[in-house]
Amino acid sequence: MDPVTAPVPASAPTSGTAPGTAPEAAPGPAASLEVSGLAFAYPDGHQALFGVDFRIERGERVALLGPNGAGKTTLVLHLNGILTAGAGTVRVAGLPVDKRNMAEIRRRVGIVFQDPDDQLFMPTVREDVAFGPAAAGLRGAELEERVDRALERVGMREFKDRPPHHLSFGQRRRVAVATVLAMEPEILVLDEPSSNLDPASRRELADILRSLDVTVLMVTHDLPYALELCPRSLVLSEGVIAADGPTAELLADEELMRAHRLELPFGFDPRSVAVQSPRSAQSAQFV
Amino acid sequence: MHVPDGFINAPTSAATGLVAAGAIAVSLRGARRELDERTAPLAGLVAAFIFAVQMLNFPVAAGTSGHLLGGALAAILVGPYTGVLCVSVVLLMQGILFADGGLTALGVNITDMAIVTTVVTYAVFRVLVRVLPRARRSVTIASFTAALLSVPAAACAFTLIYAVGGTTDVSIGKVATAMIGVHVLIGLGEAAITALTVGAVIAVRPDLVHGARGLTRRLKLRVNGELVDAPAAAPAPAAAPVAARSHRGLWITGLVTSLVLAGFVSFYASSSPDGLEKVAHDQGIDKTEKQHAASDSPLAGYGVKDIADARLSGGLAGVIGVGATVAAGSGVFWAVRRRRTADTAPAGTAAPTTGTGV
Amino acid sequence: MGAGHAHRLYRHGHSPVHALPPHTKLAAAFAFVVVVVSTPREAIWAYPLYAALLGAVAYVARVPAGFLLRRLLIEVPFVAFAVLMPFVAEGERVQVLGLSLSVNGLWGAWNVLAKGTLGVAASVLLAATTELRALLLGLQRLKLPPLLVQIASFMIRYGDVITDEMRRMRIARASRGFEARGVRHWGVLAKSAGALFIRSYERGERVHLAMVSRGYAGSLPVIDEVTASRAQWSYALALPLSALAVCLLGWIL
Repeated sequence: MDPVTAPVPASAPTSGTAPGTAPEAAPGPAASLEVSGLAFAYPDGHQALFGVDFRIERGERVALLGPNGAGKTTLVLHLNGILTAGAGTVRVAGLPVDKRNMAEIRRRVGIVFQDPDDQLFMPTVREDVAFGPAAAGLRGAELEERVDRALERVGMREFKDRPPHHLSFGQRRRVAVATVLAMEPEILVLDEPSSNLDPASRRELADILRSLDVTVLMVTHDLPYALELCPRSLVLSEGVIAADGPTAELLADEELMRAHRLELPFGFDPRSVAVQSPRSAQSAQFV
Repeated sequence: MHVPDGFINAPTSAATGLVAAGAIAVSLRGARRELDERTAPLAGLVAAFIFAVQMLNFPVAAGTSGHLLGGALAAILVGPYTGVLCVSVVLLMQGILFADGGLTALGVNITDMAIVTTVVTYAVFRVLVRVLPRARRSVTIASFTAALLSVPAAACAFTLIYAVGGTTDVSIGKVATAMIGVHVLIGLGEAAITALTVGAVIAVRPDLVHGARGLTRRLKLRVNGELVDAPAAAPAPAAAPVAARSHRGLWITGLVTSLVLAGFVSFYASSSPDGLEKVAHDQGIDKTEKQHAASDSPLAGYGVKDIADARLSGGLAGVIGVGATVAAGSGVFWAVRRRRTADTAPAGTAAPTTGTGV
Repeated sequence: MGAGHAHRLYRHGHSPVHALPPHTKLAAAFAFVVVVVSTPREAIWAYPLYAALLGAVAYVARVPAGFLLRRLLIEVPFVAFAVLMPFVAEGERVQVLGLSLSVNGLWGAWNVLAKGTLGVAASVLLAATTELRALLLGLQRLKLPPLLVQIASFMIRYGDVITDEMRRMRIARASRGFEARGVRHWGVLAKSAGALFIRSYERGERVHLAMVSRGYAGSLPVIDEVTASRAQWSYALALPLSALAVCLLGWIL
């Protein structure tokens, strides 16, 4: 349904891209993200993932829903190779996540962590946003331009020279998004993007995310936010994808929600909310 | 113990600067082994932690309060190399940003506060952990002893530096008396907080205690095996009492050593109930100022007492030091005996571990 | 530490001193203190000259005297010590106002007070005219090992965060009626410290993950390179060089 074949986004002038990476792409149109049969156990023996399969096409905005302890964060850490799969594969735009491709994978997959204080580790906003591109070898005017563009996209340009810890929480989260956007990723992965935000900051962040034309995977248990932003959702429960379908349909399925410990806020009716840009209206397939 | 500019003469400052630079160079290599590529963020966070912990004032005797130096804690929790780096960075930033400790005295400060404390702590700690039975309680005891010794050791190092390059001729005996006496006291607080902190960390994240790595791995397996923290599952029950007895000899040696140290201190302190403290009192130097000073600087040790009778207080530090050492020694014996009974008794009766029990 | 303190220390301004590259200022402050420390204590007249030099720098940097003097208070413990020295030091004694004072002790007190105060004043001026970030860049430029600079910059970045966490824990303790009054409470303080360590360490790991996710492979990319022209260097080194002249005079006279 999404016949984009180029394995690398057109807007990726990074010097780190080796020309020979394309041949490794899987046959057929490369999805932004393709996870198949992913299983993982921590060194202490605790198994968190039991065979995760899904595919996200370019330009989709998908929510990954699941209760606490479902393995969401573990899954996210597989997407850029911080954890390596015990079994199964992860491909980003056709490129398999493994040791050889690590630098490129980490550029393509931009993860926005839950606590912006973890993500913003440099002394000023500008240096923080520049960190990723600079690590990839960008310098000088090109680097500055990249930083300005990323900050522009989240509306934080005038805070360029401020230290991150002097910003409000909402502003810090936006800068955290900018640090990742500056790497011009293939897919943006957000871990609980709406947590700790006041309603206005929530709104602003939602507008920013909607305005971006990158693939987005949003890990959350904030169901209304998922409904607002993501036409499609995956439910991760007990280490497997338990459901995959249009967000509105999944949320309306009370039995499914209850079975996976997902609860809508009191008085919230998913059927009453119109979802924007329903471009990936796949039919729901419940596992 | 932050030494200001001009307190130690230039050649000695330069020499300690070289010592500090060398030790930091060695630590930079070593820290990469301890923390691999996570060195910078982790050591930075630990440095921030030490900085924060230095604000944790604990009440000591007679209305004074001390604060953690943190060197011992860092050495045990993250290893000696990273510990040296963290404390050095804290000292560097304190010197540059807060003028706390002189720029030219940085070498002196790093040598005695970062290097001596961490190295002494780690050496004592490793030896104790090796000879003591493998149990969490041993780690706590080892932390206590190591931290207790590290602070007077730093005071000794300072006295030594002072003897070589001090710019005033106060007699070495007096400096040693005041420095070591006061620091036995501060060391007690440091030791207690360090041991309890290590205990608290071990109870929750045993894998984070660098000094107890070999130990925790085995403990974890055992826990997984039967879902209880069972010291009864010790590998060779028959051998354990023997081992404990031989360790007891070692402990007695340690105890005697510390008693001698404390006795030495108290001898000095009481045999020269000299002008230092008396003057401090007679001159009416502000009481709160003394308290404040005592909490931070060794030099302030000269004004540690706010006891009315200057002569009585002259020996106070030493007396408390002896008492505390005896108490510590008894604690050690008590702990050893408890452990032995715990070894022979079924698992459930073991006393709560220090980390959770205190 | 961290920004809260740093902001209290740093005085924003656009003076010529503020504008100097940080590494020249660091080098100048350090050289100045070295010169001061090597001056013979008998050359009493040299010290007011040093103070006058620092005063001139403060004037050019538009750092108010009150600010400088308040920051000097960090020295108080040593002043207390220095006051004691004449009473306890060895050697020949003189009678002053009915007190028996050691001559050596008086010299020693003078020596520590004068040199210590000048050292503190130099550091205060440095911190008041140089931003925290710039100081780190300066240290890096002065060839401090990059790993140390990184550790220092993480410490400064997270000092606030950690201190905040500790403050929250203290508030939580206090709101449950806890106050550390004696030895009995050491356990509680230690548990706070333990919890704080675990939080710090785990945050360190998360920060590392975040760094790795953005392509960190062991060294921070140098984004800002500070450079100094020859003029800036000579401007900054004017302070220690004039101090050196004073010092040499002190040795000769």
